[in-house]
Amino acid sequence: MKYVDEFRDARTIRRLADEIAGLVDPGRTYRIMEICGGHTHSIFRFGLSQLLPDNIDLIHGPGCPVCVLPMGRMDVGLAMAEQDGLIFTAFGDMMRVPGSTGSPLESKARGADIRMVYSPLDALKIAQENPERPVMFFAIGFETTAPSTAVTIMRAKAAGVGNFFVFCNHILVNPAIRALLDMDDMRLDAFIGPGHVSTVIGCEPYRFIAEDYGRPIVVSGFEPVDIMQSIAMILRQMKDGTAKVENQYSRALPWEGNPAARAALDLVFETRDSFEWRGLGRIPHSAYAIREEFAEFDAEKQIGVHGQTFPDPVEAQCGDVLKGAIKPRDCRLFGNACTPETPVGALMVSSEGACAAQYKYADVTIGSTD
Amino acid sequence: MCLAIPGQIESIDHDTNLAVVGVLGAKRKINTDLLIDETLVEGDWVLIHVGFAMSKISPEYAEEQLRVLEMLGDLDEAKAETEGYTFGSHGESQS
Ligand code: SF4
Repeated sequence: MKYVDEFRDARTIRRLADEIAGLVDPGRTYRIMEICGGHTHSIFRFGLSQLLPDNIDLIHGPGCPVCVLPMGRMDVGLAMAEQDGLIFTAFGDMMRVPGSTGSPLESKARGADIRMVYSPLDALKIAQENPERPVMFFAIGFETTAPSTAVTIMRAKAAGVGNFFVFCNHILVNPAIRALLDMDDMRLDAFIGPGHVSTVIGCEPYRFIAEDYGRPIVVSGFEPVDIMQSIAMILRQMKDGTAKVENQYSRALPWEGNPAARAALDLVFETRDSFEWRGLGRIPHSAYAIREEFAEFDAEKQIGVHGQTFPDPVEAQCGDVLKGAIKPRDCRLFGNACTPETPVGALMVSSEGACAAQYKYADVTIGSTD
Repeated sequence: MCLAIPGQIESIDHDTNLAVVGVLGAKRKINTDLLIDETLVEGDWVLIHVGFAMSKISPEYAEEQLRVLEMLGDLDEAKAETEGYTFGSHGESQS
């Protein structure tokens, strides 16, 4: 088990820390964004920032799909749940996410039929078992999760299920990266690329980051050693004055991704003209909608909602955290009004959320990798 | 939901594209529609996400991924997820 030994080894991490220290130019700062919430979790869990020179700043990106969903979308979903007889299904991550009138769990307490599922296929099964009731699946996630929803819709069509509806909130990672790079007040020098999204889209779609914007991106695994190695690869590129897409995670991730998953995406979804992201505003072509051919399963078309939606509360600085403009602990609500028990924003609920990670691992110091 | 969980294929039904996998000490049914381009046989390892096999992986990587889940404190959640898949079973689904 070559990798196992290698990645367990805290000495490897220290060697990488030394290498990184040797690669940085003390006269400048480095702002490196990890896009994926899984990386954010790992960085906090192992206190990796403490292993890095002070002039490397790890910026936590918008890679947690629950976190970037604006409250208004939750409100629309919950308004559907209030329709007579409707069964609302969603992943467990969504259950405690606050909408402006409370979370799905609170709706459930008020009498809505809200059920947690672990797979979109479970939601379809519920529809097949309850043919007289409409069943809505609150679909959420990046390109990693979207193919599963696509296949579920294809299966619903093949089986002629008439009471299954998908509220599609699937989003795409690259338009968000482009939006961040286009922000005037935002400086990002390089990216740690998301591992699992890339199992679907592959590494090729990141090329614009290197070629149009001149920023290195290294797609990375999730172990502390992987992340440290990816940072070293980024710094080597920057030192050489190059910018390219590299795959640190090649042992698990084929460069071309999963073509069958992309075919399912293309068949069922088209990109929306634009979609609202918490903190980032409306981003062009950044989300999927269900194609006309599958409109019978589109909850937005088939279930009329007249709920009112509200913007995110102004005191909450979720947007600034998602952009990487401030660290979670610098939000004025962090740890007082907003805690995992009393979350104001989704970033405090989801295990991939930066605020939850910072709260949970506030005291983690280095050395915990042994 | 963002979990990627390694499982080993024990049997596969090529008509329904459902496979029985050994995952975290249990047997579950998962969907393999997204791996139609791969030849999947008994004993292969796959990475599972929300009930779907997403990629075929090496046994070494399967072991590594298990450890990542453990290191990040995600094992219980992964277990709950795979135990929660109901689409491959008959009878009432859980609510
Ligand atoms: S601490 Fe709460 S309100 Fe502040 S950014 Fe995080 S989730 Fe949002």
